[in-house]
Amino acid sequence: MRITQGTFSYLPDLTDEEITAQAGYALGQGWPCSVEFTDDPHPRNSYWEMWGLPMFDLTDPAGVLYEINECRKAYPGHYIRLNAYDASYGRQTTALQFIVQRPAEEPGFRLDREETSDRRVRYTLHPYALDRPEGDRYGAGR
Amino acid sequence: MSAGRWSAGVIPYAEMGYWRPDYQPKDSDILAAFRITPQEGVPPEEAGAAVAGESSTATWTVVWTDRLTSYENYQGKCYRVEPVPGQENQFIAYIAYDLDLFEEGSIANLTSSIIGNVFGFKALKALRLEDMRIPAHYVKTFQGPAHGIVMEREYLGKFGRPLLGATVKPKLGLSARNYGRVVYEALRGGLDFTKDDENINSQPFMRWRDRFLYCMEGVNRAQAATGEVKGHYLNVTAGTMEDMYERADFAKELGSVIVMIDLTIGYTAIQSMAKWARANGVLLHLHRAGHSTYTRQKSHGVNFRVIAKWMRLAGVDHIHAGTVVGKLEGDPNSVRGYYDTLRLDRVEADPVKGLYFDQEWASMPGTMPVASGGIHAGQMHQLLHYLGEDSILQFGGGTIGHPMGIAAGATANRVALEAMIKARNEGRDYLAEGPDILRAAAKNSRELDVALSTWGDITFTYESTDTPDVVETPVSV
Repeated sequence: MRITQGTFSYLPDLTDEEITAQAGYALGQGWPCSVEFTDDPHPRNSYWEMWGLPMFDLTDPAGVLYEINECRKAYPGHYIRLNAYDASYGRQTTALQFIVQRPAEEPGFRLDREETSDRRVRYTLHPYALDRPEGDRYGAGR
Repeated sequence: MSAGRWSAGVIPYAEMGYWRPDYQPKDSDILAAFRITPQEGVPPEEAGAAVAGESSTATWTVVWTDRLTSYENYQGKCYRVEPVPGQENQFIAYIAYDLDLFEEGSIANLTSSIIGNVFGFKALKALRLEDMRIPAHYVKTFQGPAHGIVMEREYLGKFGRPLLGATVKPKLGLSARNYGRVVYEALRGGLDFTKDDENINSQPFMRWRDRFLYCMEGVNRAQAATGEVKGHYLNVTAGTMEDMYERADFAKELGSVIVMIDLTIGYTAIQSMAKWARANGVLLHLHRAGHSTYTRQKSHGVNFRVIAKWMRLAGVDHIHAGTVVGKLEGDPNSVRGYYDTLRLDRVEADPVKGLYFDQEWASMPGTMPVASGGIHAGQMHQLLHYLGEDSILQFGGGTIGHPMGIAAGATANRVALEAMIKARNEGRDYLAEGPDILRAAAKNSRELDVALSTWGDITFTYESTDTPDVVETPVSV
């Protein structure tokens, strides 16, 4: 399966050039970028690990791609996403977020059903990758 | 004021203190702009004063009991009347109301005053409430959107693009089990939301509880298939508040992220559901069922921008607000005015958008506008241009009618949207190049390719009945 979180998951994976163009757009809007990675892609996992702090003072999109590549080297089998943050009054939230690396194999999710009374079912989403310990979920890599 | 003011009998409203051309509205006044069409022989100032009077303290004759009150404070004051350009015998009357006239946090009370009696008034041929300025003092007495645009995006984990939805069709007749199938297919194909239609409540062919169970099976299956948060607007509209609370509680218990209500339930019920939605962490979608009965005709009724304002105060997270390019009424500039009213923190008066007043929202969260009705993937560049990023684009027929199936229809819409956002961010002139951008994206997506060849050139070009009076003047270079 292919996890379709983020702004561009229904398009072919963005090339480095395309990623840089999006970072350029974000920086042009005054949105600092940050890189995050995880091996737990549950949609309720809000807090992917931060690859350093948001790059508040960075103005060159090439610098964003550099950090993405550093993160890719360190975590070749993880999900990595780029965030652009809008700190303006009234927003103060993420403005753009898309995946820039995914594991070669995405096993996806198991849907657990607990059948209760009156035909009600309690549903739980279980990422198959979570059956293995953190850092060992997507084959080689940390 | 002269002693004649208090003689028993009938005297013109203008002479009773309701026409006050010298009045300077206070920052805390509620202001209203009415479009008035007086009967023959009624001067516009008198007509404006009559509206001010009948929507505040006046009755048809002099009453001595006024003198027991500080009546000048309670009188609505018509402070300006302007002829409408290009219209015979139509005027915009501006009226100021002291804040003291209204109960805090009650749309019912506000509307009972402002539109309560006056619309049937014989001295007027027609009357329309065009816009209102709600002072921040009064805004702050309302709860406002249960969650608002920013919280909704964080809750769903979806940023940087409009959200996508579809209304399940056919609206009537599907069994609960078949209905849930449409939900599952559309969500797994790439939509963020599916939706009950306004008239899907609890009919003999599908009772609400059965629908809720099957829809949530579809929602959860789609979440597992995509790794995204998904939702179905479960319509909890019912005959009584007790029934609505029962349905909403059940939806919450099943884990639905959103419930839905119809405008027909009434303002107080909407405010109650907004309170429930905030307390229970469930998003609240409002379908504006019935609004065209009073919003569409230009001479009489209430402009939708006023309804939009009231609904943001009342506390809904979503409201249908027009598509510009779809099958339902919606002049582009007017629709832009509605969207501004719903989303911005400070809205500037702009006659081109039909906005009569500056409106300060005093940090009240925004309501997400929903575009629904006769839109399809081939219009994505126009939709993004006219409606912007904080919107929900709902393709009902444009998803379910796809020749390759519902999931393919959903994928076509999502691919088209993401391609358009990507192109816009890359700095392309996406409005002009829209069709090219879509064709290029379709090379990697057979779903979009088929959608474009099915609907690519479908348009609904009818003249709008409701347009602003002021038209943008082209600037010559």
